[in-house]
Amino acid sequence: MTILPDPASLVNEDRADGSIYNNAALYDMEMDSIFKRNWIWVAHRSDLPEPGSFITTFIGQHPVIVSRDRKGELHVLLNRCRHRGATVCEHKSGKTASFVCPYHGWAYGQDGALRAVPQPKGYGESLDKSKLPLVSLKVAEYNGMIFATFNQDIMPLDEWLGPAKIWIDLFMKQGAGWPVKTMGEHKFTFPGNWKIQLENTTDAYHFPIVHKSFLDSVDNETQNIFDFVEGDGFVEDLGNGHSVMVMIPELIDLEENLDAPVPERFQELADALSKDYPPEKVRQIVRAVGGSGFNLNLYPNVACSMAFFRVLRPLAVDQTEIRHIAIGMDGGPDIANEVRLRLHEHFQGPMGFGTPDDSEAWDRVQRGALAGYNIDILLNRGLGHEAKRESGNLFSDVTAETGMRAAYKQWLVDLTCETAAEEAAQ
Amino acid sequence: MSITLNDAIEFITLEADLLDYGQFKEWLSLYTPEGLYIVPIDPDATDYEKTLNYAYDNAEMRQNRVTRLLGGRAISAMPPARTVRMHGRYRMLEADETKCVVRCAQMLTELRQGRERYYSANVTFHLVKTDAGLKIDRKIVSLLTSTEALTAVSYIL
Repeated sequence: MTILPDPASLVNEDRADGSIYNNAALYDMEMDSIFKRNWIWVAHRSDLPEPGSFITTFIGQHPVIVSRDRKGELHVLLNRCRHRGATVCEHKSGKTASFVCPYHGWAYGQDGALRAVPQPKGYGESLDKSKLPLVSLKVAEYNGMIFATFNQDIMPLDEWLGPAKIWIDLFMKQGAGWPVKTMGEHKFTFPGNWKIQLENTTDAYHFPIVHKSFLDSVDNETQNIFDFVEGDGFVEDLGNGHSVMVMIPELIDLEENLDAPVPERFQELADALSKDYPPEKVRQIVRAVGGSGFNLNLYPNVACSMAFFRVLRPLAVDQTEIRHIAIGMDGGPDIANEVRLRLHEHFQGPMGFGTPDDSEAWDRVQRGALAGYNIDILLNRGLGHEAKRESGNLFSDVTAETGMRAAYKQWLVDLTCETAAEEAAQ
Repeated sequence: MSITLNDAIEFITLEADLLDYGQFKEWLSLYTPEGLYIVPIDPDATDYEKTLNYAYDNAEMRQNRVTRLLGGRAISAMPPARTVRMHGRYRMLEADETKCVVRCAQMLTELRQGRERYYSANVTFHLVKTDAGLKIDRKIVSLLTSTEALTAVSYIL
């Protein structure tokens, strides 16, 4: 019999045991207790633009299809034929009227219903097609963000997101009046536990240290904008594991401060846009192109991170896949979207000037945390001056580890709640 | 006389040698001022400016990339990964007296922190003849795994 780790003994309010990054049994518990029970981000609305659109992705380790049926309804279906278990779709995205298993030809509709099987006579009267659709998960959408879950009894998405919804709305102002669309992604793995990445999205403390070389490569004005660790920013616990880290308070609401001067690095873009748009619209577009001034960490797998979506997928206890999804204005000016792409390439992805250095730091956490026994990982930064807003949300300075504490609080709830314990015992 | 395949191969081999031996400043001088170093993601893309790439470097970004490699301020490049690359399967796609397009295969092995990793790519060079010899107008590195998850690549492919 395997002795399961006791999560409550591993995580305290202000510290965690280093084994949380490398205990394989704990990882298996997380996959059930966290990735099976919570709302997991699966797609952005623009990934499924019309009836028949689909993408394939994962919820934890489970391959799924996200599909829009001909009535426009969204479905999240396990990518597993009900006959012998083969995946029914291996395309990353596309448009289709049906999903046909390549093994024996069982055919499913966009909503997962089993439509037809070859040579049905072989089953006599025993095949009830209505009982064998692709397994359908619960799905919900908020402002273009599509989430799904195995947990049919979960609280509504609105409630799960709670105060994070306001921040999602603010983030989507990067559409500058147009809907936000995804514009491709950088996908990479790092040899480390998924929680190291979860923590990083709410870690401003590392920025001037890890990203020196990125800061060297931008102009002085941009360097000043990114010089935020002693600024007026903050980190706020939004409940249910979510948090927001505001690095650049002036860039919380991109529709405010429209009379602020155009940053020098965007002057050329502003001049070009001025040929087609009035001054106010030009400033709105330019501000949107520069991105939001905050990272919204949505527990457990997605973040609205300044100017892109960060999505993590645990592959193994010491292996994590990360996608940095570029976003832009759907219908907005091409020249502005191209500037967004260049900015994304500059920092993000496996060849950017930022991500490889982050990746190196995470890699080192994974390897270093193997040293010794019973040595804590500290999560106490900013705890001394942490305070409560009227809403009851905890907040502290921009470099505080309040967001990590928020995530681990929910992590502990997930791993110690009764249902999780029952499932683990089975 | 048109640029010959041998001229192109000699030039491409020099570029590979400079990159593997860390002579990045010399590498910068192999490009035209308008030259681009591109590592695309989408294998079907043709308009790289309108598409998300891994790298889309003009002269300024190439200079920044070299500063990053030599500056000792990027933890993923302290020191940079060591690389060994081999080119082969050269084919001249177009050539005249002033410019040519050559395609070849590149097999690259990377070593960093005890991990050996491999990247295969089809590389297309758009070369132009100048008074100072051949220069790169465009180098497009189409990784075999461009749409898969990569690992951090803090060096020049």
